[in-house]
Amino acid sequence: MFRTIAIVAGLGLALTATAEAQTPRKGGTIRMTAPYGSSFTSLDIHTTQRAQDEIYAKALHRSLYIWNSAEGKPVLELAKEDVVSGGGLVHTFKLRDDAYFHNGRKMTADDVVWSYNRIMDGTKAYPGARYVRVIEGAAAVEKGQAKEISGLKKIDDFTIEMKLTEKVDPGFYFFTALTSIYPADEAAKESFIQKPIGLGPFKFVEHVPGSRIVLERWDRFYKPGKPYADKVIVSIMAEAAARDVAFRNKEIDTSVLGPAQYVAYQSDAALKGTIVEVAEVFTRYMGMNPSFKPFADKRVRQAINYAIDTDLIINKLVKGKAYRATSWLPLTSPAYDKAMKPYPYDPAKAKQLLSEAGYPNGFEFEWTTSQNESWGLPIVTAVIPMLDKVGIKAKVKQVETAVLAEVVRTGDYQAFIYSQQSGPDPLAALKCFHSSTPQPACNYMNYKNADFDKIIDEAGQVDDPAKRTQLLQKANALLDDEAPVWFFNYNKAVMAVQPWLKGVQLNATELTHQNVEDLWVDETSPAK
Amino acid sequence: MLSFLIRRILQTIPTVLAVVLLVFVLFSVVPGSIVSTMSDDSDPQVELRMKKQLGLDQPVYMRFGVYVARLATGDLGASFRTREPVTTMIAKRAWPTLQLIFASMAFAVLLGVPLGFIAALRPGSLVDTVSMVLAVSGLSLAKFWLGLLLMYLFALRLGWLPSFGYGDGSLKYLILPAVTLGVSPMALLARTTRAAVLEIMTADFVRTARSKGMSETRVVKWHVMRNALVLILTTMGLQFGALMGQAVVVEKLFSWPGIGSLLVDSVLQRGIPAVQGSILVVVLFFLAINLLIDVLYGVIDPRIRYA
Repeated sequence: MFRTIAIVAGLGLALTATAEAQTPRKGGTIRMTAPYGSSFTSLDIHTTQRAQDEIYAKALHRSLYIWNSAEGKPVLELAKEDVVSGGGLVHTFKLRDDAYFHNGRKMTADDVVWSYNRIMDGTKAYPGARYVRVIEGAAAVEKGQAKEISGLKKIDDFTIEMKLTEKVDPGFYFFTALTSIYPADEAAKESFIQKPIGLGPFKFVEHVPGSRIVLERWDRFYKPGKPYADKVIVSIMAEAAARDVAFRNKEIDTSVLGPAQYVAYQSDAALKGTIVEVAEVFTRYMGMNPSFKPFADKRVRQAINYAIDTDLIINKLVKGKAYRATSWLPLTSPAYDKAMKPYPYDPAKAKQLLSEAGYPNGFEFEWTTSQNESWGLPIVTAVIPMLDKVGIKAKVKQVETAVLAEVVRTGDYQAFIYSQQSGPDPLAALKCFHSSTPQPACNYMNYKNADFDKIIDEAGQVDDPAKRTQLLQKANALLDDEAPVWFFNYNKAVMAVQPWLKGVQLNATELTHQNVEDLWVDETSPAK
Repeated sequence: MLSFLIRRILQTIPTVLAVVLLVFVLFSVVPGSIVSTMSDDSDPQVELRMKKQLGLDQPVYMRFGVYVARLATGDLGASFRTREPVTTMIAKRAWPTLQLIFASMAFAVLLGVPLGFIAALRPGSLVDTVSMVLAVSGLSLAKFWLGLLLMYLFALRLGWLPSFGYGDGSLKYLILPAVTLGVSPMALLARTTRAAVLEIMTADFVRTARSKGMSETRVVKWHVMRNALVLILTTMGLQFGALMGQAVVVEKLFSWPGIGSLLVDSVLQRGIPAVQGSILVVVLFFLAINLLIDVLYGVIDPRIRYA
């Protein structure tokens, strides 16, 4: 089972425990915040992979599966049953027959088929295509070679058959809002983007671009008695300091905290109890290009891991708002091996390895970075003197985030620093290092290792979950030794939650993504 | 007056075309593409298909030609991501931006101009010193910091106003962002007004008016104020343009739904049509305001109409 190592600080734990014991109150308004930008990218959630947009989409839309934070795994949502056959490749889903879109129409298999075919429209580059591609024939639609996904069939109004290209758990592929099910007839209309219709617990009321989205309870939601709240308001608040004032002023119910605020809230008796934190499935690292000669040598890559005092950076610069990385898979991964130890800070060992690799006087490389405070320029600036100590000179090349995304996909770098999703599915996360995975997909270091490939291939074939986990741990350990990256940290997501908001889930895939139907506010909430 | 107006409007055309060309070329060569912001994992073939469908596989000069031809019909293009018309995207944000800009300017004029007048009429006095200290402080304050300070004071401490958001568009939501944005032009207007009034007060025609026995109130009202207005209007016109640019910070801080945040997010997401459209609207607004100011010059001083 997927382990959720979630740490609830101080009173937060007590509050959650108390909340579970209380009877959820009906009514009220939940006021969430979207902290990752000054706008929502789009009201068509198929077109945007930003975490910012999924915050509102969790209230508005639903997918075949949903993330269950308590269990730490995806569970069936729009499907009631999944019957597996065909050697683990064919999944027959029985759909809910009580799910209604916000225009009152019942969801059927046609909507699922239509939605997945839409996502595979190759002229639109929908980000969800990376998940739907696992269905046989989906890639052909994307490339314009077929009109419909051959591996996706409607059996009857509430049954679909899905044939996959590989033996994977489809839950990991169909739980995010990127694969939300749209109403086939309505979503094709131009008006849909102005007034989206979904299957979620709340229906769309208003979008004030750059400011907020307002949603209200959908009375025909399929989960009895839910949602609890009457209304959800998601306010866009990109500035941490402004969120801080609004949170203290009780104008918002949730606020994501950055490193500086994390420290401030921890030291404030009145706010300490509002902190909720979870280890998210993102690994921060410095990727090294093997086509740059020094980085082709494993000893050089290991030397870099030894040369950097990672704990010091996490404690002093990131203010403890991260967990030290030991290889690729994060703490919350079912294949995380807690027996593994991170590279110790050992400049002497680093120097020795560099000498053995033929670089006794070090070398120089260009390090591409964004300005991100948690995994960008401030970190690079702190690391440079540490590398300098062992003779490695780093020249900084600063680019904006959109450019960095392109740089890593095209391999146009010597080294880069980045944050990459490393879960929740450990197999998918490690497959990024498989030699068959193209660089633009997620094999950003263009990593190739026959032993690693063999282990991953074997892990993809075994049916026994324990055996699979064992193989994935082995692959993860091999990666640690190979050190294609400097393993920096796993993100610790931290959010402040007002005491009257109950039912907050410690979602390791993204803390701000809450299953809103489970949230409720007690009578002390100042919101009407 | 009509020929003056026509001449001024014609003069704006090269400016608009230069801006259109500059923005188009700049965002054609800037690294990063819409596909890389849409997906971390897109197939290269998909990237090509998408570029073809959006016409991004064409040479820059051909794309520019198509863009200008569409522009001539009022079509600003559509979002690469959602295919939503850019005019619709901008229209949703135009009113809040105008609300913010005009409220800021109203604050700046209503406070800055009288402050400058009072300071100039009593040069060297305590009122003058205090006014100018305030003006210099207003010019020096970072908007971000000032906004936070106002939030802290008026929302958190006093509880008089909401700290963020657009709410129902009512005045209480507008006050803090407008004051934050308006402090800098207010300070500039105060200093400009003071300097203009001080200069005019020593002009020959003012001395003549006084020597004819005209009261000080009439001198200030009919001679000083009217002549100072030209400089004040010039400053206002320039400040409108500056406010459009500075509004980005204030909109982001207060979660105010303006064109500024659309522009910033579109740049980051490589939503080029929205970037081009937003910049064009800002430029047109700036030109329109300055055209209006030019017309007002003519009303204040008829000699300018024929200049």
